[in-house]
Amino acid sequence: MEITIKKERERTTEKVQFNGSRVDEFLKELAINKEAVLVVRNSEVLTSDEELQDKDVIEILSVVSGG
Amino acid sequence: MKCHCQSKAVIELQHAALCKSHFIRYFEEKVFKTINKHRLIDRDEKLCIATSGGKDSLTVLYLTKKYLKKYKMDNELVALAVDEGIEGYRAKTLEDLKKFCEEQEVKLNIVSFEKGLGKSLDEAYPIINKGTSKKPCNVCGVWRRYLLNKYARDLGATKVVTGHNLDDEAQAIVMNMFKANTKLAGRLGPISGVQEHKLFTQRVKPLYFCNEKEVRLYTLLKGWQVEFTECPYAHSGYRHEIQSMLNDFEEKYSGTKQGIVNSFLALLPLLKEEKGEIGKCKECGEAANKGVCNACKMKEMVNNAV
Repeated sequence: MEITIKKERERTTEKVQFNGSRVDEFLKELAINKEAVLVVRNSEVLTSDEELQDKDVIEILSVVSGG
Repeated sequence: MKCHCQSKAVIELQHAALCKSHFIRYFEEKVFKTINKHRLIDRDEKLCIATSGGKDSLTVLYLTKKYLKKYKMDNELVALAVDEGIEGYRAKTLEDLKKFCEEQEVKLNIVSFEKGLGKSLDEAYPIINKGTSKKPCNVCGVWRRYLLNKYARDLGATKVVTGHNLDDEAQAIVMNMFKANTKLAGRLGPISGVQEHKLFTQRVKPLYFCNEKEVRLYTLLKGWQVEFTECPYAHSGYRHEIQSMLNDFEEKYSGTKQGIVNSFLALLPLLKEEKGEIGKCKECGEAANKGVCNACKMKEMVNNAV
């Protein structure tokens, strides 16, 4: 499936191909530590067991302090 | 994943998952319990909230106000921000902060490195680094604490309330341990400092047991505008590496950060026994371990280079 990711920290938007289904698998594939981010879809915060759908737009919000 | 009330969960904690309303209640109760258990705020105190405009300081400002209201306390409350003079970084967070303080009806005072110490961090750091190889975060930490303490006292505050969270504390504990800084470690804890002194304004940390993920989620669910802005110097610091390491451990072994802080709290009374003598800085009259305080030493390096 195709997922659009908006990364807050990097201020980038990109499309990626993903063959899994769950949020935690998705983060692992992108090498993103789940402790350091919140994953948001349509203004809803997702937990790690949630299923992603083709054409989802996902925001990756950084939880670590910037200072 | 579902909350115990069967609503959709927004966070998985170590032993449970919580929905939006149960998370907000859990988070606020945790902060209020921390204030009560560690007696962070007394009725007759004037409070100065150390603010930056980031998620932690907005949360601590809002919840301190909410705590005072809940317990019908009429403590005076002011906010203080330090503008370090870092191009492209602090100006944006200060704009967000001004708006937030207006909404919360809390008076905001801003003091800058330039006004308080003569030079911005961008100007001072390269000069100090040349003579000492100190990193920008070392300079910033010393000067920030110096100005916060001094100006909070000038504002008549008896306590400085900071937004330090569980991650900040776990990082500081590990950093001090790795560098064998037991004296500095004794100054950590929900109430900073090893002893009371008239020149020190005690710093208290209501978010002490809240991790960064919880704080960011709280601000998100409250609908506050907290845009991620990163200090351009952040990656040069030792703390940044410790932060990544602890997040890696937390991902593999849930509860690691909490474990570090809990173990530390059990040892803290022993660390606080080591009390050094506190004197007055010969230059500025602020507290100093001996002779001249670190803030003045750095200021002198900058002045001598001009």
